[in-house]
Order: sequence, then structure tokens, then C-alpha cells
Amino acid sequence: MKSDKLQGFGKRKAIDRLMTVLSFLCVLVALVPLISMLLTVVTKGVLALNLDFLTQLPKAVGESGGGFGNAIQGTFIVVGIACLISLPIGIFSGVFLSEYGANSIALGVRFISDVLSGTPSIIAGIFSYTLVVKSFGSWSALAGGFALSLIMIPIITRTVEESLRLVPLEVREASLALGIRRWRTILNIVMITAKAGIITGIILATARASGEAAPLLFTSGFSNSWASSLTNQPVSTLPVMIYTYAISPFEDWRAKAWAGALVLMILILILNVGMRFATKGKYSWRNF
Amino acid sequence: MREMSKTFSLFFIGERKVKFSSGDFFFKTLVTGCAIIILIYASLLLAELFSGSKLSFERFGISFIFGSSWDPVNGEYGALPFIFGTLVSSLLALAIAVPVSLGISIYLAELSPRALRAPISVILELLAAIPSVIIGLWGIFVLAPFIRDAGNILENLFGFLPIFRGPSYGLSMLTGGVILAIMIIPIISSVSREALSSVPQGIKEAALALGATRWEMIMMSMLPYARSGLLGAIILGLGRAMGETMAITMVIGNVPRISPSLLAPSYTMSAVIANEFAEAHDYLHESALIEIGLILCFTTLVVNALARALIWKIRARGGYP
Repeated sequence: MKSDKLQGFGKRKAIDRLMTVLSFLCVLVALVPLISMLLTVVTKGVLALNLDFLTQLPKAVGESGGGFGNAIQGTFIVVGIACLISLPIGIFSGVFLSEYGANSIALGVRFISDVLSGTPSIIAGIFSYTLVVKSFGSWSALAGGFALSLIMIPIITRTVEESLRLVPLEVREASLALGIRRWRTILNIVMITAKAGIITGIILATARASGEAAPLLFTSGFSNSWASSLTNQPVSTLPVMIYTYAISPFEDWRAKAWAGALVLMILILILNVGMRFATKGKYSWRNF
Repeated sequence: MREMSKTFSLFFIGERKVKFSSGDFFFKTLVTGCAIIILIYASLLLAELFSGSKLSFERFGISFIFGSSWDPVNGEYGALPFIFGTLVSSLLALAIAVPVSLGISIYLAELSPRALRAPISVILELLAAIPSVIIGLWGIFVLAPFIRDAGNILENLFGFLPIFRGPSYGLSMLTGGVILAIMIIPIISSVSREALSSVPQGIKEAALALGATRWEMIMMSMLPYARSGLLGAIILGLGRAMGETMAITMVIGNVPRISPSLLAPSYTMSAVIANEFAEAHDYLHESALIEIGLILCFTTLVVNALARALIWKIRARGGYP
């Protein structure tokens, strides 16, 4: 081929075509499991999905009926607590990195938050267990929320930093030139300009946290009743409930796991679509 | 005062005196404090893992890593089967995911019609957004039966190889590897695509001008130029695969035994923590599990730091889209 390029041209063109087709096949390879997942979750999920499923407590093995009502409630509670902890820390850290980020603390924070975002989520569970569960003496919504906040903080920090950096320097300069204080400039000019990006970060992190089961297995745990306390009572969440029901040997429970998966999927899809709507598709899941 | 004017010089050319503002001071303290909380979190995390695993470390020392018997009832703990399972399942996942992801990223960056790019990106994002526990559920009931049948065929064809010997279980190392591969394809593809997009137009045009076909241009000028970014993407995927918990716990079979066959069940570090931590027998059991967590944390930390260093390099070069 090297010695006589023109003669080998047809072959080279054929290789070019072949590889184009092969790389398109790679896309299909990724598409097949996705479609299969969506189809099975929807078709198997709707079979067990009804109003009782969304509002009732789980029933004991053998009894029919019952639902994931408390798990849906629990998911909102635990994710809510996680948001309360991680939103201020994540957003302000992002502001710090973008607006005051020319020093060695920022370098360290940036590195640590990158490393934290790659840390297995189950480690966050161990951390929350030794710190929160042990001091309160019981599984609780608080411990679950704390574990999830550890997963949300790095995501929020990074997206907030990135979106604030997209605001042109001239906007800041114009505001400062008008005599507006720096903190006012950041809060009222820079952050408002970048609000789509900030909202994206928050929604991304919330969606990620809502689907996490690993850090909740031994922090908020599993329960068959409604949550009445945040600190001294285990709380069921959708992902943990799906896991528990999926690995059970009972056919009825497995059917419920599919319905739970459908509910969780819809929840996350709503967040995802909401995000695209809020930002017109400018941001994506890519780095998380 | 000096500090304030120094930070302001970010925005103004040259030094400039600025009057002290308590609002500015308060706000800066607030955001710095929040950032420092992240550092405190990280150091507390390490401290807790170390203090939690102390009991087990004192008892078993370094032999914890090389012991292959895991028997909570008799108080015997060796982490080797889990370390083996984590390594093999993630490498298997890489072996499957890397060619596919590279294909996807090349297609997205260079070969695809413009109209297809957005839909393919959405597919990848959707795949990345599906919760691990749902992928695991699908793995148990859809993928595992399929792999069991495929495993039987593999055993018939390649049964002379140790990796395909023995009866095919649905819940096995192979299923675990495939599930992990599905889960890391989105991240490897999107980061690789970023790396490929950072290749300057000039280099590509130079190759084309010399008479290269499009594929030759990709092989000869794009891949070499983007190699550190591509390597970073692959290592990032490895880190993800090693730390993944729920889906792998549900499909790998959870048997702490080192078997050369990919068709046999296995166990990973994250899976044993997920399965046993809530019902730990005693403090030693709990401590041994935390030590496994520590090992897992350190491995992923090293892997991720390496990946980030490689990826930061391409971003610094202006490859960030």
C-alpha cells in the first residue's frame, strides 16, 4: 500500500467505509440496552402500578395490595434534607472557585471536589454511618440526607463554577465601574446571568441523588411505616425499596419492584426534561 | 486592605485602592468558609475510614489483603476474593466498553451527519441518567438469563479455555462485566469525544491534504493527538466501574470465591459492603468492611486523580468545547 498508493486507493476507501459503518454500529450497541431497559421498565412497571401503589404502605409477604407510598414520601424527605445541606455549600463553593479562585485553597478545593465526585457512593454511606448513625444511635432520614449531600456537593460546585466562568468579564467590570460592591455584583449580576447553569447543577445533583441506593442502605435503611421522625427512625426510599423487592424470591414483590422502578424513572425524567426546558439544552450530564 | 486590592486586580488592569466594605468582607468569608467545608468533609471522611478500620488492621495487618477466606461467623476476614472480583469485573467492563465508546466518540466527533449528533448525545445522557438500581433490576431479569444462555454456547465452543470452563450461571462475573460496561460507556464516550474535538482543524486538514481518507486521518492524526485525553477517559471509566455498587451487587452472584471462569459467580468490594454492612455481626466484622471501603476509596482515588490529571491537560490546551 505504501509503495503504490493509487493502486491501493480502492481498498483504502473500502476500509474507510467499513470503519464508518462499524463506528455507527457502536452507537447501536449502546442503544440496544437502553431501549431494552426503558421498554421492560415501562411494560412490566405499568402492570403493578395503580393508585394504591402510590399511596399505600407495603403489605406483609403473601398479602396482596399495598404499595410504596412511604418510600415515595421517604425519597422526598431524604433528598430534601440532602438539598438543604448541599445547596448552600455547593453553590457558595462554586462562587468561591469562580470569583475568588486564584489561590492555593481554590486549587485544593477544585481537586478535592473532583476526587469526591469520583468516590464510590457507598463510601459516602460508610462515612454517614460512622458519623451520623452512630451518634444518633439509629438509622434516620438525616443520616441518609447527609450521605446524599456528599454526592451532591461536588456536582453542584463544579457546575456552578463552570457556569459562572461563562459570564464575560466585561459584565463584572461594567457593574464594578458603576460603583457597585463586589459581593453585590456577584449576587445580583453574575449569578443572575448564570442562573440557568446554576439551576442545571442543582437539578443534575438532585436527579443523581434521587436514584442512589448504595449510600442509603445502612443510613436511612428500610421501613414499612410512614416516616414520623427525622433523626431516630429508619425511612424507606424508592431506590432501597426497589433493591429489597428486586432481590426477594416473591413474584408479587418483584412485580412491585418494576412499578417502583417506573415511578423512579418518571421522577428522574421529569427532572431531566425540566432541566432541558430551563436551559434550552445548553448543559448536559456529561461529566457526572 | 492589600489582600482586597490584590483580588481586584483580577478585574482592573493595574493596582487600585478600594475602600474597605464589610459586605465584601462578609461575603468573601462566607464563600471561602463553604469551600473549606468541602476540605473538612474530605479529611473527615479519610479520618473516619482510618479510625473505623483500625480494629481490623491491628488484628490482620497486611495479610488482610492477601487472605482469601471470608468467614464472619468464625471471625476470619480476608479481602482477596473481593479485590480480585472488583479488578476482574472492571477490566472486563473496560475490554467491552472501550472499543464501543471509542467508536461512538469517533462517530460523534467526525463521521456522523450533523443531524444525528444531538439525538446520539441524548441517548448517552439518558443511559447515564438511569439509576444504578434500575440497571441492576434489568440486569437480573433480562440480561442475566440472556448471558446464561450465551455462556452455555461459549462453554461449548471455548470450554477448553479456563475462563469459559464450568457451568454457566446467569449471575456471574461475565454478567457483572457487561452491566458495568453498559454503565461506563456514556462517560468514556463523552470524555473521549471532548478529547477528539480538541484536535485542531489544521492537523486534520493536513492529513486530508496529503491524501489520507477520513478514517486514515482519524487514525494517523486525531487519535495520536488526543491520546492523553482518551487515556484519561478510559481511566475515568475504570474508576467508575470499580466504585459502582448497586447494579453489580445485583448481578454478580455474591460468592466470595476466586474462580478463573468468567461464567462463575463472584463478589466485589462494593458489593460486600452493600450486602453485609447493615447486618454486621460484631465490631470486627464492621471494621473489616470499613477497611475494604478504605481500600476501595484509595484505589478509586488514585485512578481518578490519574484520569483528572490527563483530562485537565487537554482542557488546559483549550480543548473544552
